[in-house]
Parts: sequence; C-alpha cells; structure tokens
Amino acid sequence: MIYLELFLNFIYVGITSFGGGYAALPIIQHTVTKSNEWLTSTEFTDIVTISQMTPGPIGINAATFVGVKTAGVLGGICATLGFVFPACIIVTILAVIYAKYKKSDVMSGMLRGLRPASVGLITSAALSIITVAFFGQELLELTFASVDLIAIVIAVIAFILMKKVKFLSSPIAIIALSGVVGGAAYLIQGALV
Amino acid sequence: MKEKRNYKILLPLFWETFKLSAFTIGGGYVIVPLMKKKFVEKLGWISEEEMLDFVSMAQSCPGAMAVNASLFVGYKMAGFIGQAVSLIATVLPCLILLTAISFVYVAFASNTVVKAVLTGMSAGVAAVMADVVIGMIGKFIKNKDVISVIIAAAAFVCVAIFKVNIIYILAVACILGFIINSRKKGAGK
Repeated sequence: MIYLELFLNFIYVGITSFGGGYAALPIIQHTVTKSNEWLTSTEFTDIVTISQMTPGPIGINAATFVGVKTAGVLGGICATLGFVFPACIIVTILAVIYAKYKKSDVMSGMLRGLRPASVGLITSAALSIITVAFFGQELLELTFASVDLIAIVIAVIAFILMKKVKFLSSPIAIIALSGVVGGAAYLIQGALV
Repeated sequence: MKEKRNYKILLPLFWETFKLSAFTIGGGYVIVPLMKKKFVEKLGWISEEEMLDFVSMAQSCPGAMAVNASLFVGYKMAGFIGQAVSLIATVLPCLILLTAISFVYVAFASNTVVKAVLTGMSAGVAAVMADVVIGMIGKFIKNKDVISVIIAAAAFVCVAIFKVNIIYILAVACILGFIINSRKKGAGK
C-alpha cells in the first residue's frame, strides 16, 4: 500500500537526517528517486527549489511534495507524519528528561556548553542568510559580482525600523513588510532594465 | 505528582506556533528570532535560557530543527497534549502551502511577482537574523561571560569555515560545559 510505504520510507528519512534540513536532502533524494521511483531527478530538483522559496523546514516540504505527487493529499500527510515521527519520540524523551533533571549537575553542565555553541551555530546560519540575501551566494565563494543593492537597503531599513517603531518590532511584521516593499522594488527594477 | 495543566493555553499555543511556522522562511534557524520575540519577550512563555536549551536539544535530534524546537515549547506549555498541538500547528502551514503549490508548481516557481516578493522577504529575514545574533552575543559580552564567547566563536569557526558536522560540535560543547561546571564546583569548595 502506497500510504504505508510513504510513511515507512519517510520514517527512515526522519531517523537519518541529523543536523539540519540540507543534511536530509541526499537521503530524501536517494529514497524517492532510487530506492523508490516516485519522482524523476528533475522533479526532485524542482522540489528543492520550491522548498527554498517557501516557509517551513525543507524536510517537511519535501515529504509533503513527494507524498502529494505520488498519492494525493493523504499521501502528503502520511509522508509528513512519517518524517516527524522519529523526531517526536526522541524529543519527547528529551523533553521529559529536561523537565526533570535540568537542575542536575550533569544536565546543567552540558547545557552550559551547548547554549553558547548554539549561539555560534545561529550566528553562522545568520551570516549565510545575510550573504545569500545581499550577494546571492555564500560568503566563502563571494566575488562581489552580484551585489543586490535593493536587498541591502531593505535589510538596513528593516533593521532600524525593528528597533525604533513599536508595531514593527515583530519579526513577522518586518518580514511581511519587506516582502511587499521589496517585491514592488524588484518588479519596478525588472520593468526598468 | 501530577501538575495541573492549563488547557486554555492550547488555542494560543496553536495559533502562535502556526504563525511562527508560516514565517520560518529560509531555513530552520529563522525560528530563533521568531521564538525570541514572541515566546520569550512578548508572551513570556519561556525564558531566553530555555529557548537556547530547546534550540540546542532540537539540533541534537534527528529531523527538522524548527519542528523539534516547537515540540519542546509545546511540552513545556501543556505536556504531551501541548506537544501534539505544537506538532500539528508547525506542520499544517507547510502541508497546506506545499499541497497547493504541488498542483501549480511550474507556474509558481517561474512567477516573477512571487520571486520578487520572496527576494524582498529574504532581505527582511536577513535583518531579523542580524538583530537576534547581535542581541545574543551582546548579552554574553555584557555579562563578561568569556567562556561563552569563546565557545560560541569556536563553534562558529568550525561550522562556517571548516564545515564540521554540527553533531560533533554539539557533542564537544556538551563535554566542555560539563568539565567547566564541575571544575567551578571543585574550586568553590
């Protein structure tokens, strides 16, 4: 049965995808284009593109898309549930342990190290988001050939507005406003060039 | 001992988590500024330390970081039921949107308006991420927390420049934290 197959295959993807969405991509690709011939390689590339354009974790997006493509809406739900299933179990165990033992020496010691390490990882993610937004590529392969002035101006203004204007202090409001203003700016630029 | 759960929280939990998930554009880490502003500063559901704990643990689990982090918040707010509510609220925006897009994906991916708006949004996301990072590192510096600054800088260099798998970084950080804590205790005696 296709629904069960989707569910089980995405459980496997869920278990093996440690360390962020992009780590899961090769596993998803292998699962849906090689182990099961649910999608062609081209279709898979389209999914990656769309996942980058839409909100939500890339693993969930891929699971939904593959499921819907192969077996309709119910297929999408089955694949997505499969993907989150292993994480749910492990997170539940950790959440219970955390609630009980967060003040213990071992746990608080480990968290003492984990917190700043996470800040470091978040900083790295932020830097790559910023360089991709401003220059269209990651910092290490930067050539400054494609500086996106509109993006820089919008980001700087957004940054200031977030601090100064109270009702724009919500990141959601800022992101939505940037979408509207930036969208208009890019469309005008496109029309002029 | 059973804690009394406040089930009135479930509806706001669902709605806030749903919005959070819908705006996590450009990768799982974008959930950090959203959580900090909403759950920590505005609603006071979790402390900033707890948020960092949840993010750290979420990264150490398989699957999507943003989903895992929401699950921790859900558990904290209303136990297993809260977790279930958080799960549905996180997954639902993706399910709805991707299902809709999967029927028109060629038109969607090549639409100039969609592309322009999304590029604009990613500039906003860049500003939001810069803000949260400056706030977090600023706090370490303000508290003169040298050890945290060093660990954060080391983790950053490892992942940004040497592309080390984050699982190893987190494992080493765990051990370091444990050693630092127990040494401090020993020195205190």
